[in-house]
Amino acid sequence: MEIAGEVLRRSLPEEVGVSYGSSSDSEELHVLAVDDSYVDRKVIERLLRISSCKVTAVESGTRALQFLGLDGEKNSVGFSDLKVNLIMTDYSMPGMTGYELLKKIKESSAFREIPVVIMSSENILARIDRCLEEGAEEFIVKPVKLSDVKRLKDFIMKGDGEEKGKRTILKRKMQDDIFSLSSQFPASNSVSSELESSTPLYLSKRPKLLNRG
Amino acid sequence: MDGVVQLQRQLVDYTASLFHEGFLDEQFNQLQQLQDENNPDFVVEVVSLFFEDSERLLNELAKALEQQSVDFKRIDAHVHQLKGSSSSIGAQRVQKACIAFRNYCDEQNTEGCLKCLQQVKHEYSLMKTKLETLFKLQRRVLAAGGSIPKPI
Repeated sequence: MEIAGEVLRRSLPEEVGVSYGSSSDSEELHVLAVDDSYVDRKVIERLLRISSCKVTAVESGTRALQFLGLDGEKNSVGFSDLKVNLIMTDYSMPGMTGYELLKKIKESSAFREIPVVIMSSENILARIDRCLEEGAEEFIVKPVKLSDVKRLKDFIMKGDGEEKGKRTILKRKMQDDIFSLSSQFPASNSVSSELESSTPLYLSKRPKLLNRG
Repeated sequence: MDGVVQLQRQLVDYTASLFHEGFLDEQFNQLQQLQDENNPDFVVEVVSLFFEDSERLLNELAKALEQQSVDFKRIDAHVHQLKGSSSSIGAQRVQKACIAFRNYCDEQNTEGCLKCLQQVKHEYSLMKTKLETLFKLQRRVLAAGGSIPKPI
């Protein structure tokens, strides 16, 4: 890890902020946060560190891909030894959007299993749908709260096998309950009506947005 | 000590007034919750970044609106960024002024945009003054040996 750390410091540009937790590496979640806003990067870093996660914060999709070693550059070093457990990316970024970054990650055999969460200040249903369709774990409307981070951390810590089983059951149940959903969740009117008219396939993911609490 | 208690009361009252008058919203409380003994300057640091970022964006906006041919897409992108960062620190009135600004961008209305820029500058300037006052009060409390009350 020491050697990897040194390489990291030497070859990555200054805007990458990397924190190494003091406890054993295998226990702490490592989150890659992607956001072009300085303010938001600082806040998300703090939210994650206070939740005992290691954070690597980068300013763009390009930097994120470089960090993962996915940018196709001959000279890039893949830091896949520094296992990333979660990627949180802003949606609207100049150059590569969060959506485009999501696609690239899901197209990669090495990284497609990493959960990707999209953050956006705009609550646009079509945008949310697109991201979930492309494999995003969740879509969080900014500003991101500590409760969001805690929820994400719990979800990832639960582990793949068990959680996937639970989620499959949840999906099937949700499909049965399609039309009772809008009455269960006291969401805004526009969201309720959207729920009823949207395709069942993605309905199972919607309740996560409403359950933010 | 009376001095500390009075200063703390002043701080609590001033903070409450900022929320009451809509300058700050819940997000600012969230930031204060993230501050602790290990990161005692977190809020000041984030807000300083916000000040730097905002001033840069306001300059860019002024320049963009002076152009012969106004690039509304670019202006919208800047306002979107400003709206985002003000939302992230809980600067509610600045955020709201940005929302109005974006509407005029959509309409490609230069006159409207210029008015909105003035409004956003005004709100930003107020916000900056108030936050600087808040931080000054906090420093006085700390200097007097008191602690900054955490939001409920």
